[in-house]
Amino acid sequence: MSLWRGVAIAVLLLVVGVSVAAPWLAPAGYARQYREAASASPSRAHWLGTDEIGRDRFARVLYGTRISLLLAPAAALLSTLLAALVGGLAGYLGGAWARAAMAVTDLFLALPWLFLLITVRAMMPLNVSPMISVLVTFLLLGLLGWTSAARVLCAAAGSLRNSDYVRQARASGIPPARLFWVHVLPNLKPVLYAQFWISIPAFILSEANLGILGLGVAEPMPSWGSLLKELEGLVSLGEEPWKFVPLVLLVVVVTSFQLVLSRQEDEVTA
Amino acid sequence: MLARRIVRHGLTLAATVLLGGFLAATLVRLAPGFAVDEQQLDPRLNSESIRALRETRLEQRNIFRFYFHSFERAAHGDLGTSVSLGQPVSRLLRQRVPLTVRLVGIGLLLSWTVAMALALSAAWLRVSAYDAVTTIITGTFLCLPAAVLALLSVLWNVPGSLAIGLIVFPRVYRYARNLLAKAYGLPHITTARAKGLSELRILFWHVIPVAGPQLLAVAGVSVSIAVGAAIPVEALCGLAGVGQLAWQAALARDLPLLVNITILVTMVTLLANSGADVIGHMLRGQPA
Repeated sequence: MSLWRGVAIAVLLLVVGVSVAAPWLAPAGYARQYREAASASPSRAHWLGTDEIGRDRFARVLYGTRISLLLAPAAALLSTLLAALVGGLAGYLGGAWARAAMAVTDLFLALPWLFLLITVRAMMPLNVSPMISVLVTFLLLGLLGWTSAARVLCAAAGSLRNSDYVRQARASGIPPARLFWVHVLPNLKPVLYAQFWISIPAFILSEANLGILGLGVAEPMPSWGSLLKELEGLVSLGEEPWKFVPLVLLVVVVTSFQLVLSRQEDEVTA
Repeated sequence: MLARRIVRHGLTLAATVLLGGFLAATLVRLAPGFAVDEQQLDPRLNSESIRALRETRLEQRNIFRFYFHSFERAAHGDLGTSVSLGQPVSRLLRQRVPLTVRLVGIGLLLSWTVAMALALSAAWLRVSAYDAVTTIITGTFLCLPAAVLALLSVLWNVPGSLAIGLIVFPRVYRYARNLLAKAYGLPHITTARAKGLSELRILFWHVIPVAGPQLLAVAGVSVSIAVGAAIPVEALCGLAGVGQLAWQAALARDLPLLVNITILVTMVTLLANSGADVIGHMLRGQPA
């Protein structure tokens, strides 16, 4: 299985590397319109053809991958930090604090994730600049995605609260804030890492869902979600198979994350 | 004890539903551009109509007043009027709920049938190759966004309920497989096998009682997943259900519709989870 994990890490590094190199691999950029070659099939000039307004699909896939792959971890980091703060503190403090924090998380968890996401996303202005739409989309994922992680962290911090070393530290007069930051939080690291890795593929998939529903990253900025929206107009599967490249890439990347994730889960279990 | 558990679930449900509705209303109220109303720009409206529209909006400006009036009206069966569709919310929900219930119901039935068949066969056969194949199949479905499955269902002209089933089944399979594998690994099951008990007898007499309550909890969660899956499926397949209505309401920032759908969805998911919890405890025969 370690071989598969190695392959998964290599695939992820390759995809990240290629997407970071997008400005060199596709110097014309994702927004340039080749009006004379609209809806063109793959050729030497346009490896994956062009879309209906003549934009190079290969360039859009590269830049879209960059946006999805760089911002999903950023959103995952935000949600993990929020979960550590809310769940970790609630578990550490215990009692009414823990009950109140868990009541709030239960409220969020009572709603299906996609429903919550489209409701809150629609609250934001839909006609914003592309850059703002990217930030809003991934910020929302980070701000709303902390709840299930907070539950896990609350339980983990709760078990640490009554551990011998924390009791001893408390008895020796270490202030509660220092106790939390210096002694409790570092011991939650394995759980935090696992939650971070779990969140990345979940956020990539959520962004794709939002993009297809027209609530994700705004045009002309590409993302996997907005690129997958092209599948809406397909009549048959074999008609334009190159349109499935973003989907294949997404499945490969999410699968790679799942394989890497299994190692994190093993570490947490151990 | 069971009655106390049911009452506790009921109170939690009521509190969460009230709070959820209030949260939805607050989010909409605080959203940028809330006061902007396209209708007010309609050149055909006279000043009196525009003033009436503004007064309606004024009522919605105060979130507490809006929420209090909504509940007062809801107590009399009036859920308000949809701003974007211009129809009573209760009528819209009455029209849309049956389709969603049918889609989600059939989708859940399909997903559970396939997931349990695969999980049981994997647990019975205990062949690593079979286990790997089922894991790869379900893993592939897990890596596909729900909206892509909805698009593919349009492409292949398959019913929306099948798309919901395909979205839910890998998640159910993952839990069911682990629970059944754990139950089949228990020492008393090995003893039962060694004594020559039939697989069906082992399943119904020894495995289900162990894994049943946890599977019921998964059943409760799967309802929430299926309701969530109904949004992209209905929106992209053009099915006029509550999922499509939620999507339209979200795009149009339709406050009365959004608040009522949020309350409805929260109620359904909490009822499913509470029901699964209560039935699980009844099956276990434990004091709640």
